[in-house]
Amino acid sequence: MSLDSQALALAEQVSAAAATNTPVAIQGSGSKAFYGRHTGDALQALDMTAYQGIVSYEPTELVVTAAAGTPLEILDASLAEGGQYLGFEPPRFGPGATVGGTVACGLAGPSRPYTGSVRDFILGVKMINGKGEILRFGGQVIKNVAGYDISRLMAGSLGTLGIILEISLRLLPRPAVHRTLVHNAAETTAIERIAQWARYPYPLSGAVCDGERLYIRLSGSASGVAAAADAIGGDTLDATEAQTFWEDLREQRLEFFAGDAPLWRLSLPPATAPLNLPGEWLLDWGGAQRWLRSTADPYTIFDAAKAAGGHASVFRGGDRSSTVFQPLDPPLLALHQRLKSGFDPAGIFNPGRFYPDW
Amino acid sequence: MALDTDHAAVADAPPGVSLTELRDALQRGLPASYILTEAEQLRPYECDGLSAYRQIPRAVVLPDSIEQIQHVLRVCHKLRVPVVARGAGTSLSGGSLPHAEGVLLSLSKFNKIIAVDPENRCARVQPGVRNLAISEAVAPYGLYYAPDPSSQIACSIGGNVAENAGGVHCLKYGLTVHNIISVDMLTMEGEQLTLGSGGLDGPGYDLLALLNGSEGMLGVIVDITVKLLPKPVVAQVVMAAFDRVDQGGQAVADIIASGIIPGGLEMMDNGIIRAAEDFVHAGYPVEAEAILLCELDGTAAEVAEQVAQVRTVLEQAGATEIRTSRDDQERALFWAGRKAAFPAVGRISPDYYCMDGTIPRRELGKVLNQIQELSRQYGLGVVNVFHAGDGNLHPLIMYDANQPGQLEQAEALGGAILELCIQVGGTITGEHGVGVEKINQMCVQFNTPELEQFHALKAAFDEYGLLNPGKAIPTLARCAEFGAMHVHGGQLPFPELERF
Ligand SMILES: Cc1cc2nc3c(=O)[nH]c(=O)nc-3n(C[C@H](O)[C@H](O)[C@H](O)COP(=O)(O)OP(=O)(O)OC[C@H]3O[C@@H](n4cnc5c(N)ncnc54)[C@H](O)[C@@H]3O)c2cc1C
Ligand SMILES: Cc1cc2nc3c(=O)[nH]c(=O)nc-3n(C[C@H](O)[C@H](O)[C@H](O)COP(=O)(O)OP(=O)(O)OC[C@H]3O[C@@H](n4cnc5c(N)ncnc54)[C@H](O)[C@@H]3O)c2cc1C
Repeated sequence: MSLDSQALALAEQVSAAAATNTPVAIQGSGSKAFYGRHTGDALQALDMTAYQGIVSYEPTELVVTAAAGTPLEILDASLAEGGQYLGFEPPRFGPGATVGGTVACGLAGPSRPYTGSVRDFILGVKMINGKGEILRFGGQVIKNVAGYDISRLMAGSLGTLGIILEISLRLLPRPAVHRTLVHNAAETTAIERIAQWARYPYPLSGAVCDGERLYIRLSGSASGVAAAADAIGGDTLDATEAQTFWEDLREQRLEFFAGDAPLWRLSLPPATAPLNLPGEWLLDWGGAQRWLRSTADPYTIFDAAKAAGGHASVFRGGDRSSTVFQPLDPPLLALHQRLKSGFDPAGIFNPGRFYPDW
Repeated sequence: MALDTDHAAVADAPPGVSLTELRDALQRGLPASYILTEAEQLRPYECDGLSAYRQIPRAVVLPDSIEQIQHVLRVCHKLRVPVVARGAGTSLSGGSLPHAEGVLLSLSKFNKIIAVDPENRCARVQPGVRNLAISEAVAPYGLYYAPDPSSQIACSIGGNVAENAGGVHCLKYGLTVHNIISVDMLTMEGEQLTLGSGGLDGPGYDLLALLNGSEGMLGVIVDITVKLLPKPVVAQVVMAAFDRVDQGGQAVADIIASGIIPGGLEMMDNGIIRAAEDFVHAGYPVEAEAILLCELDGTAAEVAEQVAQVRTVLEQAGATEIRTSRDDQERALFWAGRKAAFPAVGRISPDYYCMDGTIPRRELGKVLNQIQELSRQYGLGVVNVFHAGDGNLHPLIMYDANQPGQLEQAEALGGAILELCIQVGGTITGEHGVGVEKINQMCVQFNTPELEQFHALKAAFDEYGLLNPGKAIPTLARCAEFGAMHVHGGQLPFPELERF
């Protein structure tokens, strides 16, 4: 079936579900089924994996348009042929990870502070809203301010606003070289050094500290990387070892991520001094994303993150039927609910997956 | 040009609130001197950068605290009076054009840089701060705020967020939306919301992304934290001249294809080259049909490497002349003409009308040729200066408002150019916003369910449609009247779906 007729079939399914108030779970490959809330309700599944394929890709435009069910692996391979890549370095968390699920979850890898987040690369979407209408917003051009930016709003909305059918993403040219430097540094020193280096235009593409070692990744032209490496110093990690390290970090395969304690993600101003919360820490994104394995009371962590100017979420484990994302203040919560009903009046898309309230 | 009022009507408007009633209510939370209601006081606010549209508001308010803005919003919400926020009033789409029944909310007193945080590379500023003032204030830390609209000495950061403004350096460093960390906004009810956080993202939906480019329709921006970047060590501009415009267009694609993202990549056609050269004497080759300005920045070694690469690409693309700036002074000179392009055209034409369509880069040559064709057809000159790397065109239509019919002709030509942009898969506005100006072309770019979705989104923020009514998103009635057929990339997708 062509993408167009599949889209129409999906739209009909949605209209029917809306007419009978039947909630649906939009499913990619299930690679990120661990993420978000689990309500325990058995929902009608809406499988997106067949809706796949690269709709258009022209390297000189630095733009790709792909159907939501396209596996990241396939997309990556095509982009590599054009000498380009997805600048937000998305984690897979499983072999079949789809581009739709990636955008819906809004997750980005180690290069995020330096290259941008998922939404930073979004140029346009084709989607189905809760009324079963097929809509397009944004487009394939780099700059576009016609109408509200609904395409970027889809990033991280966990499939609660609509079904993403197609997505247009801006691309980056693949850097010529990468180099990883290692310093012995505990958290406080690492945070200080990162803040210092970030004030120079070094081609940074990763900065992570496991409490003992600080890993710095540089990506760019040979001369730019060499000059920055001279200035920053430290031991150069063997190229293969370095690649494995950054992939294992992105895919949460490092030893730190093994274990049963709930895995928290704290999003903070990067130079925030280490927070006084019980558990094990891993600093990523130059300090702006901090992983915490902790059994502390969830609200202790939510409150601490907020007090530090950021927010927190239970990324894996813990009580997933409870609140897993930072609670919203009442006026902001009310706005979210109104917005949700503006897209999905019958409330059928992934109910409860994001927040308990909708 | 009179703004027709049917599409500017406010839902549920209560029957006539008198000016006295409105002023009295405002005065309960605002010093009398902060409320302007006399005709001669209102006159300076009657238009923004698109001066063809003029409208006197009922009142102008000049609050100096968030509490005062909250008071204004609560009063207007209760009395169902429209509110139009205004930063510096440099909008080129009539975005800050007042509403006849409404209050114009000037943010000019919110001009303070609240804090600079070099450790976290950010600055907290009030919405009325001028774009350039931020980079000036953080320069001592070796940092700057990247988005640099040509209007940067005048435009406000609040207006930049509301329009998702771009600039010469946005190809590499992103638009406003990519450079804002968090925003505090007030809803029409006067409720304060923080969007984003001190981290790189915020909880819930990405409302911060949504607010960028929302043209003052969703909330009033009262506090902004911007991202700062380290200043490049070295920057050099390569200037290349071409005998044909499409060769220049091809060179743009070739540079991008070679794996380089320049700091800026701008193009000017012969009309602009001559006008700018006459004005600033930058030493541009006035015989050239097109020149490209390609800025490369980074460390010294990187820039040297990329300059060599770009020169090779330009030679292969058929450049007739290639010059590289030797120092910052010459670099500034190369840019001077580009930055002064608008006033330069102001010297050769009594009036000009600036368009803002964006197209896929591969269509550059074709679209530029068709614009020349349209220019002949409509009998008005068009010169082109644009953000070539982004595919964002700024055709300047030259006309004389004192000649009867020329303004209407310029508008019609502008509309035709925008529809051409949509046909090749582009958009009617890359950075200047829809405002009142491009409201009809919105009917061409979006179909009925899409427009309805925009209205539903707006209603979630502003139930009664009091914020900047009549801008950005046309009503369905207006589109039916305009009678445009919605086109996507030259084809009508899903012809079986319902349309007006
Ligand atoms: C123990 C357990 C309990 C669960 N309980 C629930 C439950 O109560 N409620 C519930 O909703 N789910 C629940 N799930 C998850 C559910 O089974 C599906 O896996 C999920 O809803 C579909 O996303 P995914 O993980 O398969 O897709 P992924 O590809 O991993 O995508 C992740 C996210 O993106 C969204 N998404 C994917 N493709 C698109 C698209 N094209 N457009 C828009 N959004 C898209 C998905 O809905 C999901 O939110 C549970 C999972 C487990 C393991
Ligand atoms: C010579 C010239 C060159 C220009 N060059 C560029 C360019 O290179 N790139 C570019 O992108 N633009 C350019 N512009 C257009 C204009 O400068 C930008 O759109 C700018 O962002 C507008 O800022 P402002 O403060 O003047 O906003 P205003 O004109 O006052 O308002 C613009 C819109 O923003 C809303 N608004 C303003 N402040 C707030 C607030 N605090 N809260 C909510 N809404 C608000 C208004 O309601 C209105 O809808 C140019 C304009 C001129 C005159």
